[in-house]
Amino acid sequence: MTDLSSAFSKAIKLLIDLEPALVEIVQLSLSVSLSAVLLASLIGMPLGAVLGLFRFPGRGVVVSILNALMGLPPVVAGLFIYLLLSRAGPLGEYGLLFTPAAMVIAQTLLVLPIVAALTRQTVVDLNDEYAEQLHSLRVGPFAMIATLLWEGRYSLLTAVLAGFGRAIAEVGAVIIVGGNINHVTRVMTTTIALETSKGDLDLALGLGMVLLLIVFTINGVALGAQHLARRGQA
Amino acid sequence: MTESAVSRAQPTPTRTTRPSLLPLVLDGVSFTAGRQTLLNDVNLAFNAGALSVVLGPNGAGKTLLIKLCHGLLRPAAGSVNWSDPAAARRPDAQAMVFQRPVLLRRSVAGNILYALRVGRVKRAQRPARLQEALALAGLSAMAARPARVLSGGEQQRLALARAWALHPQVLFLDEPTANLDPAATRRVEEMVGSIRSTGTKIIMSTHDLGQARRLADEIVFLHQGSVVETGEAAAFFERPLTQTAAAFLDGRLLW
Amino acid sequence: MQYTKCRVLIAVLLACGAWSAAAAERYITVASTTSTENSGLFARLLPAFTEKTDIAVRVVAVGTGQAIKLARNGDTDVLFVHHRASEEKFVAEGFGVQRFDVMYNDFVIIGPGSDPAGVKGMNNATEALRTIAARQAPFASRGDDSGTHKKELALWRDAGVDVGAASGSWYRETGSGMGATLNVASGMGAYVLSDRATWLKFKNKGELAILVEDDSQLVNQYGIILVNPARHPHVKRADGQTFIDWVLSADGQSLINFYTIDGQQAFFANAK
Repeated sequence: MTDLSSAFSKAIKLLIDLEPALVEIVQLSLSVSLSAVLLASLIGMPLGAVLGLFRFPGRGVVVSILNALMGLPPVVAGLFIYLLLSRAGPLGEYGLLFTPAAMVIAQTLLVLPIVAALTRQTVVDLNDEYAEQLHSLRVGPFAMIATLLWEGRYSLLTAVLAGFGRAIAEVGAVIIVGGNINHVTRVMTTTIALETSKGDLDLALGLGMVLLLIVFTINGVALGAQHLARRGQA
Repeated sequence: MTESAVSRAQPTPTRTTRPSLLPLVLDGVSFTAGRQTLLNDVNLAFNAGALSVVLGPNGAGKTLLIKLCHGLLRPAAGSVNWSDPAAARRPDAQAMVFQRPVLLRRSVAGNILYALRVGRVKRAQRPARLQEALALAGLSAMAARPARVLSGGEQQRLALARAWALHPQVLFLDEPTANLDPAATRRVEEMVGSIRSTGTKIIMSTHDLGQARRLADEIVFLHQGSVVETGEAAAFFERPLTQTAAAFLDGRLLW
Repeated sequence: MQYTKCRVLIAVLLACGAWSAAAAERYITVASTTSTENSGLFARLLPAFTEKTDIAVRVVAVGTGQAIKLARNGDTDVLFVHHRASEEKFVAEGFGVQRFDVMYNDFVIIGPGSDPAGVKGMNNATEALRTIAARQAPFASRGDDSGTHKKELALWRDAGVDVGAASGSWYRETGSGMGATLNVASGMGAYVLSDRATWLKFKNKGELAILVEDDSQLVNQYGIILVNPARHPHVKRADGQTFIDWVLSADGQSLINFYTIDGQQAFFANAK
């Protein structure tokens, strides 16, 4: 009988047993999604800052595209990356399809617009406050980007967490480019999809609860650290 | 040593000899926003030494004038000329403190170190400059505190210390005490006095007559976007040359 | 801050390197169907192969239609699916080297225990489908171009029923895998065509039960094909061929025959 309480006890059992198979899946989920978030941040934050600070032809178009891409369905991102990485596609020769690297690329595509768009907004707001002071200090454009990103670090953490939430929770992209291969590209969400398709709803829901717990823990740690840092730095 | 004694400590004058930026000459400067002319045909020369106060009621265009001089705004007509334009762009040429202090989300020391870093002060010199600036502001004991939780007066002193840390030749102050209570105002004025004694040229704006009397060597009196009167401070307060200035000194000047 | 970022970046690059290192192990990629994976057959079969040959097998389990597309693009080395006509077309077009029969099991028509259409015990699948259509009893279709879906459409055609016209009314296309479609059928008390192995392994049966089986029309034949290295030079020809040879060997075939779910044999090896 499938109900929430049996799923809940399944989740607890999963956590207590801590089977190597589950640990492996959780580790892969975290390393794929955290790598994607890191890559997306390294690209998206400077990109968002540039879009927020500088005017250049086509800027409005880029901003609109970024905002629209925040709603990009993971399946579409997955298909797009599949077509790129497939042996028949332009990057096929690297043999990245059905590897964790492919999953990182697909999730980066999903997270990048969120990080870039939220960074842009943060930087625009901060720039209203700081622009004159920084010009007065003769701060150059690159230092300006670095300064505003650092000043916006608490808001940016929220952007990063939002991106992480999207990455760790999505199934559509990783199942296409990863292939849900056991021990190689099987992550939490694809496992949940697989167990659902086997009709093992207890296990699927239990895994879902474990996933939720992990996301909750990571958010808690990040926000706790932010709170402590903020008290020290205001 | 009491805090007050620290704040009165004399900062060391800048030792390096630098090409002089001054005089700063404004030649027919106008500034417009939309169809409104906010500054109209301003002709001025600021020379080294004297503390210049741009005086006038709210809305006279004092902030605009300061920002035009500092290079944050470009005039619609006319020009702002330093005697050595290349030197004026150096990080140790000029600095500005705003009416509302803009502090970074870092510690007190972090704010000053930031300015030293972007001002390309050599790494080896920074600790000494930091301590000097903190002492000048009387903030040595608060160096590690987050800057944005300081009181209004402390924040403005930090902003002043940060600007001073670069040892600028010219320091612009835009209504530095407009938002402060009398005690905090007095501390800031003491700091301004200390900085001036190092030979730094100070150009500040205020609408506060008392402050102008306490600090000014020379006055630029601004009203409705035009320079009405300039001159040596004592003479200006004693015998204003224009009706408008006399009315302002009497507190009779209505916008 | 910059230093920390650099360090993290390096860590990520190292992690990627570790993945590539993991990818450097000897393996082949097999595009197969959800039925072989979900039934648990591969979990039994593949470790034996890997132990013998040191070749790992990475299975991408999708519907037959998608599996064939992956193989056409050269994204896998071996194709292991269950729709003979599509497989033969794949080989004829030059994408595969040669097709071999591997095993078979059968499809079953599953429905709610209450059996509103009254098909229970029929031994003619097309007649059962015709009855379901006549009663307009809900029927859940994969609708995903999988082997099972293609089989189901062929049966409807033989029964002379135009399901396209009924789509959205009593005929519901889920566009999902077998398990997801069984979940839907269980949820709305619908009839559904499933392969037997997936059904046996399926845990959320609810009120559903097998109603029609043992009809020669319902045979489900699996085939295996090496993707053509002439078309896709990077295909691991030798290792892929080793896998195919092993599956068709006495070892592979007997392992298939010995695999049971709840005491029932799930697949019947029939390599020639």
